[in-house]
Amino acid sequence: MPPDTTSESPGSDVTSTVFKDTELTLGLPGEARFSGGKTCSKRGFIERSMDLNLGDSSSSSSQTRGKILAGQDFSSESLVSGAGKPSAAKRQEVVGWPPVRSLRKRALEGCKYVKVAVDGAPYLRKVDLEIYNSYQELLRALEQMFMTCFAIRGNYVGEGGRKVMYPMKEMEYVPTYEDKDGDWMLVGDVPWKMFLESCKRIRLMKSSEAVGTLAPRTHPRSCTYEVAADQQLKAR
Amino acid sequence: MQRMACSFPDEVLEHVFSFVQCDNDRNAISTVCKSWYKIERWSRRRVFVGNCYAISPDMVIRRFPDVRSIELKGKPHFADFNLVPDGWGGYVAPWISAMAAAYPWLEEIRLKRMVITDENLELISKSFKNFKVLVLSSCEGFSTDGLAAIAANCRNLRELDLRESEVEDLSGHWLKHFPDDYTSLVSLNIACLGCEVSFSALERLVGRCPNLRTLRLNRAVPLDKLANLLRRAPQLVELGTGAYSSELRPDVFSNLSGAFSGCKELKSLSGFWDVVPGYLPAVYPICCRLTTLNLSYATIQSPDLIKLVGQCQNLQRLWVLDYIEDAGLDAVAASCKDLRELRVFPSDPYGPEPNVPLTEQGLVSISEGCSKLQSVLYFCRQMSNAALMTIARNRPNMTRFRLCIIEPGTPDYLTLQPLDVGFGAIVEHCKDLQRLSLSGLLTDLVFEYIGTYAKKLEMLSVAFAGESDLGLHHVLSGCEKLRKLEIRDCPFGDKALLANAAKLETMRSLWMSSCSVTFGACKLLGQKMPRLNVEVIDERGTPDSRPESCPIDKLYIYRTVAGSRFDMPGFVWTIDEDSAMRLS
Repeated sequence: MPPDTTSESPGSDVTSTVFKDTELTLGLPGEARFSGGKTCSKRGFIERSMDLNLGDSSSSSSQTRGKILAGQDFSSESLVSGAGKPSAAKRQEVVGWPPVRSLRKRALEGCKYVKVAVDGAPYLRKVDLEIYNSYQELLRALEQMFMTCFAIRGNYVGEGGRKVMYPMKEMEYVPTYEDKDGDWMLVGDVPWKMFLESCKRIRLMKSSEAVGTLAPRTHPRSCTYEVAADQQLKAR
Repeated sequence: MQRMACSFPDEVLEHVFSFVQCDNDRNAISTVCKSWYKIERWSRRRVFVGNCYAISPDMVIRRFPDVRSIELKGKPHFADFNLVPDGWGGYVAPWISAMAAAYPWLEEIRLKRMVITDENLELISKSFKNFKVLVLSSCEGFSTDGLAAIAANCRNLRELDLRESEVEDLSGHWLKHFPDDYTSLVSLNIACLGCEVSFSALERLVGRCPNLRTLRLNRAVPLDKLANLLRRAPQLVELGTGAYSSELRPDVFSNLSGAFSGCKELKSLSGFWDVVPGYLPAVYPICCRLTTLNLSYATIQSPDLIKLVGQCQNLQRLWVLDYIEDAGLDAVAASCKDLRELRVFPSDPYGPEPNVPLTEQGLVSISEGCSKLQSVLYFCRQMSNAALMTIARNRPNMTRFRLCIIEPGTPDYLTLQPLDVGFGAIVEHCKDLQRLSLSGLLTDLVFEYIGTYAKKLEMLSVAFAGESDLGLHHVLSGCEKLRKLEIRDCPFGDKALLANAAKLETMRSLWMSSCSVTFGACKLLGQKMPRLNVEVIDERGTPDSRPESCPIDKLYIYRTVAGSRFDMPGFVWTIDEDSAMRLS
């Protein structure tokens, strides 16, 4: 519908008011089209672009985007120079962009929930392995999760054996997991991604029990611990 | 003339009208004369309300006293991408209460993007004795307890479809609430449910419902249970598998393969979470009959995808991840000559670099090989004007074109120019285009093309595009059939909006977020346009606390005959005639 509507329409006095001020013409890019009093809106808009990390100077492409959106200094040159270069870091996440629905995002993320049992603790917990990026993160999270079961007087995650220690009880827990083939393995042996794919459940086993049942083949750091058939750990 | 119109008894006219189902036609019939208006409103059985706030339940009931089927839509489309804050609205409760009293014979409720509670579901299950169809598309607010009520009380239920809704999983036992003598299930879609449903209950349900034609399982249903389900329902037409992974075992495989072969009517497949490629050949025997294939959750690589899709010569609809690659789309273009709809989703939308060789080339191949292609949704990382022009010339019959170039503001990768001309070619050649989504680097020029050529366009989605109000003005003044316009992160402000205020009453709705519209303009619009609800959505607090010339966060404008709504949360402001007077 053209802006200059007939007088019967309720919008007409709105349009006539505005039309006096506006000159909607086809102009070249870069021509200032904002009338006075718009500076606040421009600033406000840039502010918001910053909130969305669009004005972030960390990547040249987002800088250019910020410029386009503010309508300033528009020239094809600045467009060409900045745009399209992939940034080294993961691209800034803008809310709702790209337009992928949460259901789909979550499904692709994998959402790898596994049960975690701790010897001596009455309840199992479930953790989503996908939210961790390394063994350290996972074990730290497990510590926090099971802290309430034990009195804590300081603990640490060791370098080599990745043991979780609770010095007060002088108990050591060895983190183990059951893999796709049903074997119980020591957490930490395989690369993290491989662990993600193959881990079905986790058990923090008391060291004393582990020593008797897990049989190392080679160097403790790099080997896989396998359960002897007759000492089968009860799978919960 | 008048005598002729009245010379038929009402029953005859009603019978004639019963052959007219389309809403627009029935609306036209009702304007012929008072008598036809009366007969038509008494005999209208199906009502579609595209915006639940455009009209009140009472108004609908007053006009149409004997409705059997209702469809309601709530939140704006951008709610799918978390742009609409929680609590905005879209509550179905007032509709259910009103209809429970007025429409005891209601059979069908279809909702999209609405909030429905367990109480609402229970009320539905107890109020409508002949209730048959419940479709909850992208809805939320309910749990499996609500589903239990539906299962327990709706003795004539035919269809329960939860497509993509957010359901609180309290327990998988809700399925057990279907009575043992309940046998009328025709369609069940629980694909969105996270929890394990009681499998034995599911098996028994499937086994005793001979008319079951659609069964969409959720991820929690393991593959080794699928064969048994299929053997109980060989008449299935549409199947969604659960997780499609298991240890590779020949006996499981042959059982599954046999079960699939027994399903002679199967035309649609979906599901395929966690796919183990070794089990895909189990479906090969039925591929030639498939018309719809949804592999959008199947994280398998191109060669496996090609082997599968290559056998689906009758495919009309394909949804797939970009793992298919350009090579896979070449194969689709060669094998699937009947393809009408293609959707390619991104496997790694947030990664900084492309993770698969899927480019504009794949889409070009499809446009060349699939002459019936009408509908496209395509996520990719590079595009060129040349490709878009080729696609446009190849497929002037396209009606839906949604392109998402993942990085905002990406130019033509060959020329580094904006993609204006490419999209311009799309709207110029595809004269019947109804839906368009833009992306990439775009100036006001693309909007000029759209305003000039896209005369049948009904829905337009714009993000990170344009340079000035002129862009918005082109669209609002040029697109005669425009009903829905959604815009985010564009430098569009007050001028085009105010200059085209009257246009807004001819549309269902306009969404603008992170643009340059000021509160002052919103107030003006709200004051002057009583048949529009102008909703300012701003979680930063009341817009009055900022200068009037400062841009608002989000704006949702929709036409309505029901006035301001009563269920607005604290972060939504509307301006009506009263409040505008108070403010000044």
